[in-house]
Amino acid sequence: MTGTFVGMPAFPAAARTALADTQLRSNLAHATSTIRAKREAVVGEVEQWEELRLSGAAIKDRALLDLEDHLVRLEAALQDRGVTVHWARDADEACAIVGDVAQAHGLDELVKVKSMATQEIDLNEALAARGIAAWETDLAELIVQLGDDLPSHILVPAIHRNRAEIRAIFRRAMAAAGRPAPDDLSDEPAELAAAARLHLREKFLRARMAVSGANFAVAETGTLVVVESEGNGRMCLTLPEVLVSVVGIEKVVPTWEDLEVFLQTLPRSSTGERMNPYTSTWTGVTPGDGPQEMHVVLLDNGRTRALADEVGRQALRCIRCSACLNVCPVYERTGGHAYGSVYPGPIGAILNPLLRGPDADEQTESLPYASSLCGACFEACPVRIDIPTVLVDLRAQVVDAHRPSRKPEALAMRATSWLFSSAERLRRAEGASGLAGRVMERFGRRSAPGGRRTLSRLPGPGVGWSRARDLPAPPVESFRAWWRRTDGGRSEGDRS
Amino acid sequence: MSAREEILRRVRTALADVDGRQVVVPRDYRVPAPTDGLVDRFVDRVQDYRATVTRCHPASVDGALAEALSGCGRVLVPSGFPVPLARGVEDAGLSAVDLDEIDAVVTTATLGIAETGTIVLTHGDGQGRRALSLVPDLHVCLVRADQVVAGVGEAVALLDPRAPQTWISGPSATSDIELDRVEGVHGPRTLHVLLVEDGQPPGG
Ligand code: SF4
Repeated sequence: MTGTFVGMPAFPAAARTALADTQLRSNLAHATSTIRAKREAVVGEVEQWEELRLSGAAIKDRALLDLEDHLVRLEAALQDRGVTVHWARDADEACAIVGDVAQAHGLDELVKVKSMATQEIDLNEALAARGIAAWETDLAELIVQLGDDLPSHILVPAIHRNRAEIRAIFRRAMAAAGRPAPDDLSDEPAELAAAARLHLREKFLRARMAVSGANFAVAETGTLVVVESEGNGRMCLTLPEVLVSVVGIEKVVPTWEDLEVFLQTLPRSSTGERMNPYTSTWTGVTPGDGPQEMHVVLLDNGRTRALADEVGRQALRCIRCSACLNVCPVYERTGGHAYGSVYPGPIGAILNPLLRGPDADEQTESLPYASSLCGACFEACPVRIDIPTVLVDLRAQVVDAHRPSRKPEALAMRATSWLFSSAERLRRAEGASGLAGRVMERFGRRSAPGGRRTLSRLPGPGVGWSRARDLPAPPVESFRAWWRRTDGGRSEGDRS
Repeated sequence: MSAREEILRRVRTALADVDGRQVVVPRDYRVPAPTDGLVDRFVDRVQDYRATVTRCHPASVDGALAEALSGCGRVLVPSGFPVPLARGVEDAGLSAVDLDEIDAVVTTATLGIAETGTIVLTHGDGQGRRALSLVPDLHVCLVRADQVVAGVGEAVALLDPRAPQTWISGPSATSDIELDRVEGVHGPRTLHVLLVEDGQPPGG
C-alpha cells in the first residue's frame, strides 16, 4: 500500500514548517482566493444547484451501495467494446499490469494524463524501476515532475509554485527530459505555457502508449470520461496506439444520463468555469479513431476498506473537484504538502485514513485532527460529503485504536459523530447544551485568553479528558438558534 | 482467488447490511429550459472563453470561412464537410507528425450548448476522427443555429455514447501558473465558431 509521501512528518509538524514559509503562504492565499471567487460566481448562476448536489450524491450512492452489480456491468460493457479489463487489489498489482502492457509492446516510455489514481499508486516510480519513463503532460504535473517535487493540490498540483520558480525549473530541467526551454524564456505565464507546449509536443507525436485515469465510468454503456483543460488529455487519449486507463472502482456511475449532473457540477466546483475546455468520452475501441488497443485497470487499493465504513463510505462519492480544499481555512494556511499525501485538504483528511486504516501510521493518524470542523467543505462539496462528521468519527477510531478499553474521549467523539450525523439530533442537542450553558454560567469557571469563558472540568465521565484541556463553555445560544432568531443576522438584537 | 473475485468478495462483505437498489435518485434539478434567446446566449458564452464567433447566413458561409482561414496555408477538411475548400487537404490516414504540419482544420458540430457555450463533436461525417480537430493550431467549427440546445441535460439526452465525443468550450487553456488563465496549451490555440442562422449551410 502506497500513497503517503514516505518520510513526511505528521500533520502538526509539517503544518508548522509550511506556516513558516511565507512564499508558500502567499502563493496559496492568492490561488485559493482567486478560485473561490470564480467558483462562487458560476455556482450562483445555477438556480437548481442544491438539487444538483442532492442528485449527485444519490447517483454516487446508487452505484456505491450496489457496487458489485455496477462493476460487473461495467466490465461486461467494456469487454463488449473490445477493452481488456484487469482488476488490481492494490498499488503493486495495478503498477505491474501497466508495466506488463508497456513491456509487451517493447516500450521504454509512455505519456500520462493527470490522474489521481496513478499518483496514489506511485505508478511513475514503479515504471521507472522497470526502465519505463512516464511523462506527465499536464502543465502543473510537468512542473512538479521537472522540479522533482510533490503535488500539493488535486487540481493545481503546482499551486505552491509562482511564475519565477516555474521559469527556473523549466530552464534547469527541461533539457534533460527532452526539448530544452528557450534561452530567453521569461516568467510570463503565456510564455511558460508555450515552452511546455513545445516540450511536450514532441513527446505526444512519438508516443505509442498512454496512461489515463477517468473521472467517470458508466456501467450501462462502458463509457469513460476525462474532464480537462489543456488538451493534453485529448492528445493522450487520441494519438497513441495503446491506452491503459487506471480507474478506481468508486468512479462508476450507473447510467449515461447521470453524466448530465456531474458535467454541470464538476467544472463549476473545480475550476470555477461554466464548462472546462475539453471533455472526452469514449466507449471502448472505435475502429479508425484513436488507440486500437485498450485496457482498463479496476483498482481497489483500500476502496473496499472505505466502503465497509458506515460513516466514512460517503467519501467514495468524491469527484475530486477540490472545492473543499479551496474553501478550507486550514488548507489555505498550510498548503497540501502538510497532509503528506496525494489527497490533501479536507477530503484527504478523511480519504487517507479510510483507504489505509486510521492507525496506518503517524501521518495518517494525525489527519483527522487537521481541521477546525468549520463545515465549509461540506457546504462546498458538489456530492454533499459530510466531511466534518466523518472526521469526528475517524478521530474516535484513532482513539479507539490506541486504547485497550473505551475511554471517555472515544465515547465523546462517537457521541459527537452520532449527533452530527442527523440534523434533527443536532438541533435537539444544541437546545439541550444551550440550557446547560445557562446553568453553567452560575458556577465558577476560568477564563481563556481573550476573556472567552471556559469550563475547567467536564462533569461525569469527561472529567479525565478535560483535566488537561480548556473546553469552551457551551454557548448560551447555539449558532442555529441565533440564525433562526436573527434571520441569519439580518435582525440582530437582544435576546429576550 | 483471482483479484476480480477477491475485490468483488470484499465489496459484498463491506455492504452486507445495505441494499443499494433502494436508493432513489431525485431529478428535481430538471426544470423546463428557457427556449428564447438560445442563440444569443450561446454566442455570448462562447465568446466568454475568448473564442471568436462569426454569425453568418447560408449565403455568406463561404466568405466567412475564407476570412476565418485567411493567412493559413494548408487546411484539413474532413470527409463529408459541407463546404468545398480550395486549399483543402483530405485525411488520407495522416500520421500525427503529418497533422502537426497542417495549419488549420474545419469541422461541423453535432450540437451546441447555450448555457455553457460548448460545442460537441461526435467525430462522424464532416468532423472526422478525433486527432484531426486536435493537432492543428486553428479550429474553425461550423454550427447551425438549429443545433443549439439550452443546457447540458438536453445535450446528454441527444447524444449517443457509443460514438466518441469531444466537448469543446473555448480554446485549450490552463490556469496552472498562479491561477492566471492562459489560452492555448496543447489543443488548438484558436477556436473560431461560425454560427449559421436561417437554415442549412449549402450542401449540409
Ligand atoms: S470531497 Fe467534495 S468538495 Fe472535496 S474534492 Fe471531493 S467532491 Fe470536491
